[in-house]
Amino acid sequence: VKYLDEYRDAAGSRRLLDEVARAVTRPWTIMEVCGGQTHSLLRSGIDTLLPASLTLVHGPGCPVCVTPVEQIDKAIEIALTPGTILATFGDMLRVPGTGRDLQTARAAGADVRMVYSPTDAVRIATENPDREVVFFAVGFETTAPTTALAVLQAERADARNFTLLVAHVRVPPAMGVILDAPDNRVQGFLAPGHVCTVMGFTEYEDLAARYRVPIVVTGFEPIDLLQGILQCVRQLENGRFEVENAYARSVRRQGNESARGLIDRVFEVSDRAWRGLGCLPGSGLSLRPAYAAFDAEARFGRVRAEGATEAGECIAGLVLRGLKKPHECPAFGTRCTPEHPLGAPMVSAEGACAAYERYRRGR
Amino acid sequence: MSGFACPAPLGAHEKILLAHGGGGRLMHDLLERVFLPSFDNPALAERHDGARLDLAGTTLAFTTDAYVVRPLFFPGGDIGRLAIHGTVNDLAMCGARPLWLSAAFILEEGLPVECLERVVASMRAAAAETGVSLVTGDTKVVDRGKGDGLYVTTAGIGAIDPRAPAIGPSSVRPGDAVILSGDVGRHGIAILAAREELALESTVESDCADLSRPVLALLDAGVEVHCLRDCTRGGFATNLIEIAQQARVDVAIEETRVAVEPAVRGACELLGLDPLYVANEGRMVCFVPEAQAARAVEVLRGFAACAGAAIVGRACDAGAGLVTLRGALGASSVLDMLSGEQLPRIC
Repeated sequence: VKYLDEYRDAAGSRRLLDEVARAVTRPWTIMEVCGGQTHSLLRSGIDTLLPASLTLVHGPGCPVCVTPVEQIDKAIEIALTPGTILATFGDMLRVPGTGRDLQTARAAGADVRMVYSPTDAVRIATENPDREVVFFAVGFETTAPTTALAVLQAERADARNFTLLVAHVRVPPAMGVILDAPDNRVQGFLAPGHVCTVMGFTEYEDLAARYRVPIVVTGFEPIDLLQGILQCVRQLENGRFEVENAYARSVRRQGNESARGLIDRVFEVSDRAWRGLGCLPGSGLSLRPAYAAFDAEARFGRVRAEGATEAGECIAGLVLRGLKKPHECPAFGTRCTPEHPLGAPMVSAEGACAAYERYRRGR
Repeated sequence: MSGFACPAPLGAHEKILLAHGGGGRLMHDLLERVFLPSFDNPALAERHDGARLDLAGTTLAFTTDAYVVRPLFFPGGDIGRLAIHGTVNDLAMCGARPLWLSAAFILEEGLPVECLERVVASMRAAAAETGVSLVTGDTKVVDRGKGDGLYVTTAGIGAIDPRAPAIGPSSVRPGDAVILSGDVGRHGIAILAAREELALESTVESDCADLSRPVLALLDAGVEVHCLRDCTRGGFATNLIEIAQQARVDVAIEETRVAVEPAVRGACELLGLDPLYVANEGRMVCFVPEAQAARAVEVLRGFAACAGAAIVGRACDAGAGLVTLRGALGASSVLDMLSGEQLPRIC
C-alpha cells in the first residue's frame, strides 16, 4: 500500500493542477463516473482547486445509490422471512426502502449480516444448513466476479440453502442514457478505473465513437484524478474524442480475462431498473438459466415489492445523471441527513450527497 | 450541538439500532433526547468523560463504562485490559489521579472458567500498571445464548489534580495547540481483523494503553493543560468535533501531521474506512497553550504509549465549532461527526 503514496504526492499534484489551468481555455463539464472518484475529489479538495471554468459533475457510479427501492423492499421482505439470513455489504443496511431500511429490519428481529465478500455468505450458508442464506448482490462489474465466484463455490459445496438477490449493474449503458438525454451537459468522462480493471475499455471505445465524447480511464488517488482530468481537458480543447487510459498501472484494454470469464460463466446481460434512471436495456446482469437454482426471487416466489415508492423529495435521479449537485437539493442537510436519509446517495460511502455532507458541510 | 441538530424526531427510529452505540450522531441523539433530560444536573451537563464532584474540599472524578467487545481476546489486548484502561483513561481525561475501580461481570452460562481467569489476570496486570485498586464488584450469570461470553462494567473514582482543576472543553482557548498522542486507527482495525467472519490478515495490534501516567507527567512538568479527550469510539475526528462544539471554538487540523500506520491505512483502504474515524483505546487529544506545546510533546514522548505524540493543529477563533482538515494539496475540507456505526461492538 506504500505504493499509493506516490499518487498522493502534493508537489506532483500541484504541478498537474498548474498544467490543467494552462490547458483550459473554455468552459468544460466533465463527469467522473465512479462514486469513489467523487469522494476522493472532494476529500482532497481537488474540485476547489481547479479552474472555475472547469465543472466536475458526479456520475451514477455508486452501486448502492442506483439500486432501486423495489430491490431494497424485496431484500427487507426476504430478511424478515423466518429462518432466513440475509447477507450483504455494510452500506446496504441504511439505504431507505419504502418507509424502512435493513438495519431497522434487523432491530425488528431479522438476521441481517454484514459481509465484506460474497464468498463469506457461502460460508455462512454451509455453517447454517438449516437456514436459507440469501446474498443481496449489488455492485457494478467490479463486484460481479466475486459474486460469480460465490455461486460456483456454493455449487461445488452443494449449498442448496444459498441464493442470490441479484442487483448487479453495468456502467456503459448508464453513460449512454446520460448522453442521450436532451438536457445532457456532460462533455467528457473520467471512466471508472476499477470497473475497467475488470472489463477493459473496449465498450468505452464504442461510446466515444458513437457520441463523439472523450473518455479517460481514471484511477482514484489525487495524481490519478488530475492526470485523467488533464487528458480529458486536452482532448476537449483539441476536439478529440478517444478512449485514453490514465490508469495503466491497473487497467489493460482487454481487462482481466479470468474475472470476465467468471462473470460470463454465471451471468448474462439483462434489462435492469436503476434508481432515478428507470429501466435501462442491457444494463444489468442476471443469473444464467444454468444457475437458476441460486435465484432468490425464484426461491422466495411470493417476494414482490408492491407500492414501492421513493421519498417524494429526493432528487437522486438528477444527481446521478449529473444534472444537479447535491447541495442544490432543497432537502440537503436539513430533511435529508446521513442519520435520516431520503435517498441512497446520502447513505453510501460512494454517494455524492454523502460526500458533500461530509466534506462540504458548513460551506 | 446546535450545528448538528437533527430535524427528525428520534421516533423516526422506533427501536434501538446497533448504530445508536457507535459513538456518532445517533448516539448523541439518544443522549440528548432520552438520558440528559431525565437526569439533568450540573455534573452531567458538563458532558465530560467523567463527572467532576466536590466532596469536603476534594474534587473527585467519577466515571463508568461498559465493555462488550467481541472477540474477548484480540491482538494487543483483551476485554479485561480494555475495562481497566478505558475507565482509568476517562478519569485521566478529567485531570484526575485514578484511585479506585469497581467491576461488574455479566457471565454467560457455559463460559469456560479458564477464560474468565485469563480476563481477570489481565485486569490485575493492567490495574497494577496504573496503580489503581479494584475495591468492589459484582457477578451475574445469564442463560446460554443471552450474552457473548462475558461483559464487564467498570466504574472509577479519581482525585482531580489541584494543579488542573478545570480540564475540559470550556477551558479551550483560541490559539491553543492540538496535540495527538500517537498514530490513529489501530484498535478498530485490530478488532476487525480479529473477527473470524472477516478473513483479513493483519499484524495490527490494538493501541489499548494507560494514559493516566502521561497526563500526570504533563501536570508534573507544569504544562497548563486546557482539555483532554481519549479518541475512542468515533475516532480522532468525532472526538475532536465534540470538543470543538462544546468549546465553541473552530479547530484546524493538518492532515499530513496525523500519523496512520501503513498497515492500518492499508486495511482502511481495503474496507472503505477512514482512519480518522476508527476507534482507538490509547490515544488522546490535548489542548495546551501554543507556547507550551513543544514541551508537552517532549514529555508525552517519554511514554511508550505516546511515543508518536505530535502537534497536529490549532484552535482558531471562537465559532460554531467547525473542525477543518487541511490536506496535502492545501485544500481544506470540513470534518463531520461519524454517523451511525462504523464498526459495531469494538469496546
